[in-house]
Amino acid sequence: MQISIKVNGKEYSHDIEPRISLAQYLRETLNLTGTHIGCDTSGCGSCTVHVDGASAKACTLLAVQVDGCEIKTIEGMAHGSGMHPIQEAFKENHGLQCGFCTPGMVMTAADILKNNPNPTEEEIRHGLEGNFCRCTGYHNIVKSIQHAAEKINA
Amino acid sequence: METYIGKPVKRREDNRFLKGAGKYTDDIKLHGMTHSAFVRSPYAHAKILSVDTSAAQNAEGVVAIYTGSDDCGTFGVPCGWQVDFKDGETMREPMHPLLAKDKINHLGEAVAIVIAETLEQARDAAELVNVKYEALPAVTCPKKAMEPGAPKVHDQWEDNAAFDWCIGNDRAEVEAALTSAHHVTEMTYKNHRVAPNAIEPRSYIADYDVNADKWTLYTSTQNPHLVRLLLCAFALGIPEHKVRVVSYDVGGGFGSKIYHYTEEALLTWASKEIGRPIKWTSDRTEAFLTDAHGRDHIVHSKMGFDKDGKIVAHLTDEYCAMGAYLSTFAPAVPTYLHGTLFQGVYTTPLIHLNVVAPFTHTVAVDAYRGAGRPEATYLLERMISKAAKEMEIDPAELRYKNFIPPFNGTSEPGYQTQVALQYDSGNYHGVLKRGLEMLGYEDFRKEQAEARKNGKLLGVGLSTYIEGCGIAPSAVVGSLGARAGLYEVGHVRVQPTGKVSVFTGAHSHGQGHETVFAQFVADKLGIPMDDVDIVHGDTDQVAFGMGTYGSRSLAVGGSAIIKSVEKVLEKGAKIAAHKLEAAEEDLEYAEGKWTVKGTDKSISFGDVSLTAYVPHDYPEGVEPGLDFSSFYDPTNFTYPFGTHIAVVEVDSDTGKVTLKRFVACDDVGNVMNPMIVDGQIHGGVVQGVGQALLEEVVYDGEGQMVTGSYMDYAMPRADDFPMIETDRTTTPCPHNPLGVKGAGEAGAIGSTPAVVNAVVDALAHLGVTDIQMPVTPMRVWKAMQN
Ligand code: FES
Ligand code: FES
Repeated sequence: MQISIKVNGKEYSHDIEPRISLAQYLRETLNLTGTHIGCDTSGCGSCTVHVDGASAKACTLLAVQVDGCEIKTIEGMAHGSGMHPIQEAFKENHGLQCGFCTPGMVMTAADILKNNPNPTEEEIRHGLEGNFCRCTGYHNIVKSIQHAAEKINA
Repeated sequence: METYIGKPVKRREDNRFLKGAGKYTDDIKLHGMTHSAFVRSPYAHAKILSVDTSAAQNAEGVVAIYTGSDDCGTFGVPCGWQVDFKDGETMREPMHPLLAKDKINHLGEAVAIVIAETLEQARDAAELVNVKYEALPAVTCPKKAMEPGAPKVHDQWEDNAAFDWCIGNDRAEVEAALTSAHHVTEMTYKNHRVAPNAIEPRSYIADYDVNADKWTLYTSTQNPHLVRLLLCAFALGIPEHKVRVVSYDVGGGFGSKIYHYTEEALLTWASKEIGRPIKWTSDRTEAFLTDAHGRDHIVHSKMGFDKDGKIVAHLTDEYCAMGAYLSTFAPAVPTYLHGTLFQGVYTTPLIHLNVVAPFTHTVAVDAYRGAGRPEATYLLERMISKAAKEMEIDPAELRYKNFIPPFNGTSEPGYQTQVALQYDSGNYHGVLKRGLEMLGYEDFRKEQAEARKNGKLLGVGLSTYIEGCGIAPSAVVGSLGARAGLYEVGHVRVQPTGKVSVFTGAHSHGQGHETVFAQFVADKLGIPMDDVDIVHGDTDQVAFGMGTYGSRSLAVGGSAIIKSVEKVLEKGAKIAAHKLEAAEEDLEYAEGKWTVKGTDKSISFGDVSLTAYVPHDYPEGVEPGLDFSSFYDPTNFTYPFGTHIAVVEVDSDTGKVTLKRFVACDDVGNVMNPMIVDGQIHGGVVQGVGQALLEEVVYDGEGQMVTGSYMDYAMPRADDFPMIETDRTTTPCPHNPLGVKGAGEAGAIGSTPAVVNAVVDALAHLGVTDIQMPVTPMRVWKAMQN
């Protein structure tokens, strides 16, 4: 099937198999390997991207379902070697270890802060429910998001 | 001059990870690469009657299909540790084939590999492979596996034991002491099976280059050199110098990526057969079915006390599952990494542990974060807390009474245990005292009593652990059955411009070696951190290595690097003395330069480096270059320790346990980067609490896995936890140059018993004395009803 989508501001048009997930399309066709696959069943959140501005799990969306949509992936969060304030906050607060869950965490964090610029610790933890991290124990991810909120609101 | 040791230096690896630019194995694409899918057994135990690949062969895009009848890897994947029966019989070591041929021994065992142009084609064709099985009865419980008449995993032996083993004092002596003890505490429980669940699934690409006659294996492993060794010397019998193993970024390991897996060997073999690269990446269900699991001990234990509450004897019998085949380190886990920690932090004079290790119709059990030590700590710390309740002594007081007194391991000797080890240095009183202070223990007890009056169930649980890290002196592990040495390699290459490349055999899969190793190298050389690069994870770049597990990277790998740094400085001093026309003894090295003492005559590290590579004006008899490699074999394990304290609230209606506070005071020796140490503790704690409250791999009676996805296996989530309160005491390791002990596993070791102790404490007034982990609402609710 033919799809046309905009990813990180660039237009793409491809003829793809209907069963290809958005995550596979991003990774295999567009070589955007920052979107990770940890489970394939909406369980872990590693594949979180933004579809028309809202976070979504790219492993359980078919690429054909997002035909015509605007997608943002971790690669589109900041330009060049610069970092988005959320990425900076993760670095400053040691919000990542192996880095595998990290793109999904950053994309989810952006979504949390977009909907609630001043979240409480509880609201952040609740917002992270769909994202697993096996390394950090979440402690520093929560701190990173709190810190990012301060930065963005400053 | 800026220094780095002991500071929370931000991680350099984060720059690529945060931008989505990490290079994990599945991110790699090679020219002409094929994809693969496995046909896996839907039975835990079965005869393979036939495998028909004809329909699959003709499917679109299929390149090749191999089954157990093909001549792949004649020798199977080997086990790296030999633990013999206590009567002298050799460990029973079944062949672990790359593909099953006649018989299936666990759910998910691979029967065939299908290689195709695309992943979808490989998966589609795998569906067309028609395997006929005759299902057989299975046994998944290690205790039941030893009952007469239990289904056998390997027919060639009379029962399912892989080995049995004991350690400690004479059993009869321990039994006699228990008989005459004032009080005996007893427990029977299961330290249940858990799945490591690194979020990155295992992933491999094998690439045979016909012109160079060389293989490259890209693999998500924790120890590339060991994989190469096992692959070449055992599984495939191919020349080691023709194989390059690369593991760039690895998305967490926790033990599960230490081992050499069948898929690695099979892909390597098949890539030569088809002459093209092959990729395989596990999906999550395959990960549950085929990654080595952790724990799975069935325990019966007795601990005797005198009338003052001093422990007089401890006797334990365990059944510890090995799974269907012996994974790389599996036999060491319930034995040398477990029994040797039965002294804990206590002066127990008599200890005996007996372990029976049966094969079961399950995937292998091997090291999982802490490996054997969490199981030992769980046992000791539950027993002590249970005994305290029974004897009506405060659990902190009972611990204080039994602690080994502080010793620094330098002016005071190390502590010789009853179970083979000599602890390096310790101050167990110190961590418990600090942990109780952090919690406000006395105030908490008042709050608890008050809450109870209002029908609120609050509990506090203590745990004081010790672990053996920095694995390990080669001679010691060799005498204990290891088939490898456990030294580490550190190579320091000073470039002509004074920039430094460090090659380490340790491997980072989240621990932050690129930052921490650069911190101490920069400090020792007195140069900026930006001038130091750390290289790991490529056998063509790093001379050799034993990889990362057992919190060994800094204690062993770091020490190897320090040795090479010292050699650099030693040779540098010769060059500096020549250039400065001074005697070597008159030089001192600080802030990146050699200075003639008492003068302002000096030469910088950079100038000496350049001289070493442009040796026009050069000391006689000294070789050019500034490049040293060292092997460091530690003289002892390191012994971090600490206190973990959990506060829980139990919902009296539903039995749901909420973790209200978690306090961790750890002593990991000297700290290179406190930010990273805290991060290691946080992550470990959450894994340990995960086991206590949520996680369990469940096989049913037929060996089917009930928990094979994230819908069924309860992973810890952000909203299951409060912020974790951490602090440290510092008791340096006396026997390595950095004085470090290791921090990777501590969190997972101390936390599990602290949480279960807290739950039992919350319910103690209802007569509850023990609850089986994971302490689910159902189990708690049932315990409350009884
Ligand atoms: S990969 Fe999409 S949720 Fe796990
Ligand atoms: S940083 Fe490793 S899974 Fe989150």
